Formats: sequence, C-alpha cells, structure tokens
Amino acid sequence: MTNSIEDIAQDSQCIFIIGSNTTEQHPVIGARVRAAKRHRGAKLVVADPRRIDIADYADLHLRHQPGTDIALLNGLMHVILRERWQDDEFIAGRTEGLEELKAVVARYSPQVASEITGVPAEDIEEAARMMAENRPGSLLYAMGITQHTVGVANVMSCANLQMLLGNMGVAGGGVNPLRGQNNVQGACDLGGLPNVYPGYQAVTDATIREKFESAWGVTLSDQAGLTVTEMLGAAEEGQVRCLYVIGEDPMVSDPDLNHVRHALQKTEFLVVQDLFFTETVQFGDVIFPAASFAEKEGTFTNTERRVQRVRKAFDPPGEAADDAWIIAEVAKRMIAQGAAGPSKAALHAGWDYGSAADVMAEVNALTPIYAGITYQRLEEGAQLQWPVPSEDHPGTPILHVDKFSRGLGRFAAVEHEPPDELPDDEYPLMLTTGRVLYHWHGGEMTRRARNLVAMYPEGLVEIHPYDAQQAGISDGQLMKVASRRGEIVAKAEVTDRVEPGLIFATFHFPESAANFLTNPALDPQAKIPEFKVCAVRVEAA
Amino acid sequence: MNVTLTINGKEVVAPEGSTILEAAGLADIKIPTLCHHPDLTNVGACRMCVVSVEKARTVQTACTTPVAEGMVVNTESEAARETRKFVLEMLLTDHPNECMTCEVNGECQLQDLAYDYGVTWPEHSGVLHAYDIDPDPNPFVFIDRNKCIVCGRCVRACGEIQNRDVWTFAQRGFKTRLVAGADQFMLDANCESCGQCVAYCPVGALFDKMSLGLGRPNQVTKVRTTCSYCGVGCTFDLNVRDGKIVRVSSAEDSAVNGLSLCVKGRYGYDYVHHPDRLTRPLVRAKWLANVESKVETGQWRAYDPDRPISDSESLVETDWDTALDVVASKFTEVKETYGNDAFAVLASAKCTNEENYLFNKFTRQVLGTNTIDHCARL
Ligand code: SF4
Ligand code: SF4
Ligand code: SF4
Repeated sequence: MTNSIEDIAQDSQCIFIIGSNTTEQHPVIGARVRAAKRHRGAKLVVADPRRIDIADYADLHLRHQPGTDIALLNGLMHVILRERWQDDEFIAGRTEGLEELKAVVARYSPQVASEITGVPAEDIEEAARMMAENRPGSLLYAMGITQHTVGVANVMSCANLQMLLGNMGVAGGGVNPLRGQNNVQGACDLGGLPNVYPGYQAVTDATIREKFESAWGVTLSDQAGLTVTEMLGAAEEGQVRCLYVIGEDPMVSDPDLNHVRHALQKTEFLVVQDLFFTETVQFGDVIFPAASFAEKEGTFTNTERRVQRVRKAFDPPGEAADDAWIIAEVAKRMIAQGAAGPSKAALHAGWDYGSAADVMAEVNALTPIYAGITYQRLEEGAQLQWPVPSEDHPGTPILHVDKFSRGLGRFAAVEHEPPDELPDDEYPLMLTTGRVLYHWHGGEMTRRARNLVAMYPEGLVEIHPYDAQQAGISDGQLMKVASRRGEIVAKAEVTDRVEPGLIFATFHFPESAANFLTNPALDPQAKIPEFKVCAVRVEAA
Repeated sequence: MNVTLTINGKEVVAPEGSTILEAAGLADIKIPTLCHHPDLTNVGACRMCVVSVEKARTVQTACTTPVAEGMVVNTESEAARETRKFVLEMLLTDHPNECMTCEVNGECQLQDLAYDYGVTWPEHSGVLHAYDIDPDPNPFVFIDRNKCIVCGRCVRACGEIQNRDVWTFAQRGFKTRLVAGADQFMLDANCESCGQCVAYCPVGALFDKMSLGLGRPNQVTKVRTTCSYCGVGCTFDLNVRDGKIVRVSSAEDSAVNGLSLCVKGRYGYDYVHHPDRLTRPLVRAKWLANVESKVETGQWRAYDPDRPISDSESLVETDWDTALDVVASKFTEVKETYGNDAFAVLASAKCTNEENYLFNKFTRQVLGTNTIDHCARL
C-alpha cells in the first residue's frame, strides 16, 4: 500500500474499492472502511461483479463484468477529463504523459464503457463525480485487479485515476493493494522473487550483484530465475529436477491443477516443508515437519509495509522444527559436501545464526529499505513502515509524498483487452474465483480450525437463480462444473450475489478446488494467472 | 481553542469540547468508568464516572459533560463516591455471586470497582435474573445474560466499530435484556463472528466460547504476536496455558487493530494443535538404506501402517540427520551433474521475513540459481 490503514480510515473523503472483497478477505480493514462512512460520511464506491458484503454499504455499487476493469477506469477518467475535474496542479508538477492518456480515454465515453462493462452510463458519471467532489480519495484493490492477463495494465490504470485526481502522496489517498497472505509483503521484500535480491535489488544489476557476492562469498547468477508458473512447466519438461516447496501448497493454490499434478509427479526429487500433510506433500520425496507461527521468533510485514514481531509461545510438536533451522542445516551440509564453497572471509557467508535477530541484522546490512528495522527498535515498540533507511529514521507511513520513486509519475495509457478465455457455446458461463470469510487461501489451516469448519464445512459454488433453473439445479444440490481443463463437483448456492451468466467458486477445499477449472494464461509481465475469468459449463451431478 | 479548569485542585488545560473525563485523563487523574470506552461514543448510562462540579446542583457524568472555562471539578467528593457505591450496590443486587467460577475473574471491571469501593454482596431480598446460559448457537460467542450489567458497550462496539448493529436492548428496567436483531440468533442478525462485542464487554456476560473452562487470566501467559492469516497484520495476545493456546485476546495497544480482530484471527487458532500436524521428518523408502532393519529396531517408523515398508514409495518417519542428509546429498549430486538450473525453490508467504531471507540466501548462494518464487501472484 502507498498509504496506511489509519490515514485511509481517518482522512479519505471517498474510498473506491475495486476487485477486493474487503469484508471477507481483509475484515478489519473492511470494518474501518464501513466506520469511515458511518462516522465521517466518507463516500464509498465499490466496483465488483458480485454483490459482495461491502457493496451493501456503498453509496454506489458498479457491477462490472469480470475482466473489464480498464474499460471502467477509462470511463471514469473520461468523465473526469471531460468535466475538467482533474487536479491540474498535481499533474503539472508531478506527472508526465497526460496527453497520451487523454487520447486513449477519449475513446471511452460512459456509453462505450457501459457497453463493455455492463455498468449503466449514469452510474459511471455519478461515480466520477463522487470521486472528484470528495478528495482526497483512496483506491483499494486486491486480487480482483491483479489476477488477469491484463493485471499489470489494470494496476497502471488504477494509478492513472489516482494521479489524475491528485490523490497521491497525501493522507487519505493512494493506490492501495491489500496483500492477501499474512506475509506476502515480507516474502517479496526479503528476496522470495526470481528477479530481485532482498529489498527489490535487481539480480541483473552488476553493482548490486557484487555487493551480495562479497557479502555471501560466492559468485552469483546474473540471470533472473523462473516464476512459480514457469518452474512447474520446467519441472514437467524435466529441466527442473529438484523442487523445494516451503509452506506452500501449489496442488491447491495454482491454476489448472491437473497440470500441476503432472508436474509434481514428473519432478525427480520433491522436498516439502509444511505443518500438515497437504495435497502437495502427497508427492514429496522428503517431507520436513515445520513450526507454526506460534512456535518461532521472527517478523511479518503487513500490507502497509509495517514490520511486526512474531513470538514463540511454546515448542513445536514432536520433532517439528522451525524453517530457519531446517534451511540452515541443509545449507551447512551441502557446503560441507562441497556443493558450494563460500569464502570464509565474506562477512555474511556463514549459516550459524543464534537467533532471528541475528538474521535481521544481516538483512539490515544488505537491504536499504530494511536498514533501520532492528529488533531493538521493534522491542521498544517502534512502529516501522519501510523504507526505513537508517536506525534513526522513523519509517514511511505514506509513499510518494513529494516525488515518485522514478521522479515524475507517468500516465501509462492502457486499452481494454478481453480476458483470455470467454464463454462460448460449449462453455457458456463465466467462472470467477475468490475466498470466503471463514477460510483462508488453500484452507490448510482453516480447514483444521474446528469452528471455522463448522461455519463453512464445504466448498459452495454460487450460481444465479436463472442459470440454476436453466440447468435444473436447486439450492444445496450437487452440481458439476467443467472447464476445458478439468471439473469439480460441489454444492450449489443459488443466490443473486452473482449475476446471470456468472458463477463463483473458492479454492479452500481440495475436493472442490476451483483451480481444477482455472485458466493458467498469464499476464505477460507479472506472470499472474487469470484466476478471475474462465469459461465453464454446469450440470446437475 | 483550549479551556482551563481545575480538577482536584490541579489546573488542567484541555481542548474545548473535550469531556471532564478526557481532561482528567490529560492530568493523569483517574475517574472510574464502566459503560465508557475510549473507542466508543459516550452515553453516560452507568453513572460510575460521576463527579462534583462547583455550582452544579447534582453530580455530573464526567464522560458526557463538556469542560468549561474556569470549571472546578472534584472527582473524589463524598457525593461522587457515594453515588458510585450506590451504582455498584444496585448492579450487584441482580448479579450472580459467581466470581469463584467466572471466566473473567481478575479481569472484570465490575469486580475491580467493587473491590475499590468496598462493596460486598448484598443480602438478597430482590429477584435474580434466570436467563438461559449459552443460548445462542454461534460457535464463538458465549452469552450469560445473568451477568449483563446493561452497559451497552457490546451494542456500540458492534454498531460503531463493526457496523453490524447486531445487538439491541429489549424492554426496560429490571427486564432490560440484550438481544440480537429482532430477538434472533446472532448469525441470523448479520453477525460476522468477529468477537468485538466480547472484547468490549467489561464483565463475563459475553465470552469466547472456545475458551470456556480452559484458563482464567491469572492462569495464562500472554504472548504478543502477529496474526497468521491475512495481510492486515493484526497483533494480539496468545493466551497460553500448559503449552497450548487457550484463547486469543485482542489488545488496546495493538497499532494496527486495537481491540478489533476478525473471526479467523480471533477464533481460527486451533489448527496449531491439530492432531494432523507433521511431527517427524518423512522420507520415501527408495531414498533410504537399511529401511527394514531400522524400522524393526524402532529407530524409524512406517508413516502409513497399511503400506509395506518394502514398497519403495512408502513413507518412513526418520530422524532429522537422516532426512537432512538425504536432501543435502541428492541436491549436491544433482548440482554436480546437471548444474544450478536443475533447482527451483518455492518460498512462502506464511513464513517470517527472516526465514524468507534465508530461503533466498540458500537458493542463490548454495544452489546457485535465482529460481525462487512464492505465491504472491496466487
Ligand atoms: S461477533 Fe462481531 S458482528 Fe457478531 S455481534 Fe459481536 S461484534 Fe457484532
Ligand atoms: S453483554 Fe457485556 S457489554 Fe453488553 S451490555 Fe451486557 S455487560 Fe455490557
Ligand atoms: S485478525 Fe483477521 S483481519 Fe486481522 S490479520 Fe488476522 S485475518 Fe486479517
């Protein structure tokens, strides 16, 4: 997030939520948003194909077709420019490329946008007016924006809107992706990505690479690695022989599970490290029992870049051990066997850490955005949001205050492009995927939490009464959902939360995991699969 | 604009529009409260916070009376203290005498105030309530209306913080009763099981159902940590007894969320102790030597008792040394034979920052590849 939960809750005059089921996925933020409306009269605009809970609280719910976010955003910007509601001062001082944007959005009159999105033209006009008249405004999004073949363009489009309105770098403004998993932010920050070292330092940058080479005492690869979807492909083709999966369950969370299964089966040597015997563990050659969050020391970084402590409350069960110990043991043994020979003279070559704080000290030394985030400060109660470039730096609750990281913010005009796979005669319905309040991600944890299961014991597929009737399916009845890639059987929840033509499924339950159906088509840049749209057909099971 | 007033003889400067309670807070003068909570609107219902104000005929509720220039307040006047005592006596006349077994013993505001004001159990003349205990099927929220002091904090928490407006009061006087919706079950009245109403209840009338009987405040150790579910990053206290989480309690000083949590963070912790947890390293028999003799002597164990150990695909529970050596040797061999590009690592959005740093270092320094990713995109 560019901004913090607190300033959005306190200072936003208009909150625009697009592609985020905030109440169910980020419940405490959802409650803060509702409270902002109730107590301060902040306006709330929700754009989502489904009538999600937060839409019931909105001043305006724009129910656009999945995969038409750009058309909707361009339509909003069309109205803003037509009415001259843009923030000229901000645009002149802080941005470039407005002319290019103008040329593109000129083609998205509310009528044109309405035809593409299915949102009434008057609602697009009204939403634009609401955003223009109530500034600063903040934009919140989640996977509904990113999980498309046009995910990156969707994000750019969100940024365009906020720059046009001058909503950047101010309290109550910003472009705010709500990160799904507890430490997805931290995993990205600390080098869990194929193209960057910790702190988003590019592996292809020679100066950066030399820094890590001298710290770790080895020669490092100058080639960016493979992304998760690519590595499974490479495993299937036999180039990747050893796959080490730590705390992830690709057999539930990745698109096109039949394909994933094949890749895991083909992998010569699969090591899995997890709490439970997950769907992925089934294929493991060696399985390491890991510690849960309550059994180890460390830090997580939340969606607003705030680094907070995780503390050990008791020992892991049996012989389970924390991930840091396990990986260090593997590393030390491989080094002893000569698989790598880090120079002993290098300051951070070794693997003998006394504590999580020691690891953080190494992070501080090598990662400018985390340089000042020490355990001592955290224990003293400091609230630190990166970048924290030094030990006396107070942290950065709001990004881009006086300038963007690249200097001027660039309007990157983008055009609507339809999703990779749309309904046709054979697969006449559209499937979109997501999560429910009582479960989380692949469900490995929540399906083992007694009362969360009691509340939501099995995967349900939402279908509109019209489509249900057409297919002869009644509420609670089992139905079969099939796409070009696979099929699932699950109980139908007949509801007008979805519109005719659209069905909704989750991936919390392996038996009914929507990812047997989803399309692995990727955004070319971010390599994010198009989970939010694919074509399916249904029948009573 | 600020105004200057005197509280207990001390000069206090407070912003115009603040209440006597807030002004007293600025001067570190404590006024007892029950229905007040700083996160919620003030209603002045319980009358615990009464104070004497010069020139006013009666005592005033500090939580709702605004400060004025030159105001002279006495928080410990006899009239104020007597009123508070009377309030407490009235509350105790229809409160069950159950502190001995009450879940919140030691963390109950009514109990603390009774102690501070020396109010003991009244000789009973009146009638006690006889509400059903735990009448609601919501699996998370326990209700004992007999202990309800009708402070309305749950009503305001659910309304003002959660915007669900589940709770209201039905009837008046002695019969005043807390009800969900139109006297429905909570889940039928728009409840999302966040437990905020429990967190704000000053007594044991609302409690976390999963924690009943598992440990009272003085029997648990609280460990402040960060939620393992979504990216909001709520912090809370694990309440631990005998090596088990018996409850999650939210804390006013949590930077992100204060007393708020959601159903997953507050009530989704028991997976940690689930019998499905993996507790020993597992290795497929094909990667091991002398499996049968090691299993026979009890050093190792078959993971799946129905699958013969002679089956090379069967999983064997080994010791750490063996499992780690199998992995290190195989990785070393593959690296030497096929090079660094034969490896891929999937790191985890559920692991800590420090662990992710180490996965990254391991992949790049030891395996020698940049093929590490995690499910940020999924
Ligand atoms: S659990 Fe949450 S939503 Fe339900 S009644 Fe209590 S405060 Fe309201
Ligand atoms: S249940 Fe608790 S918070 Fe609600 S009115 Fe009764 S005593 Fe107050
Ligand atoms: S308590 Fe709920 S909202 Fe808070 S971090 Fe955990 S899952 Fe997210």
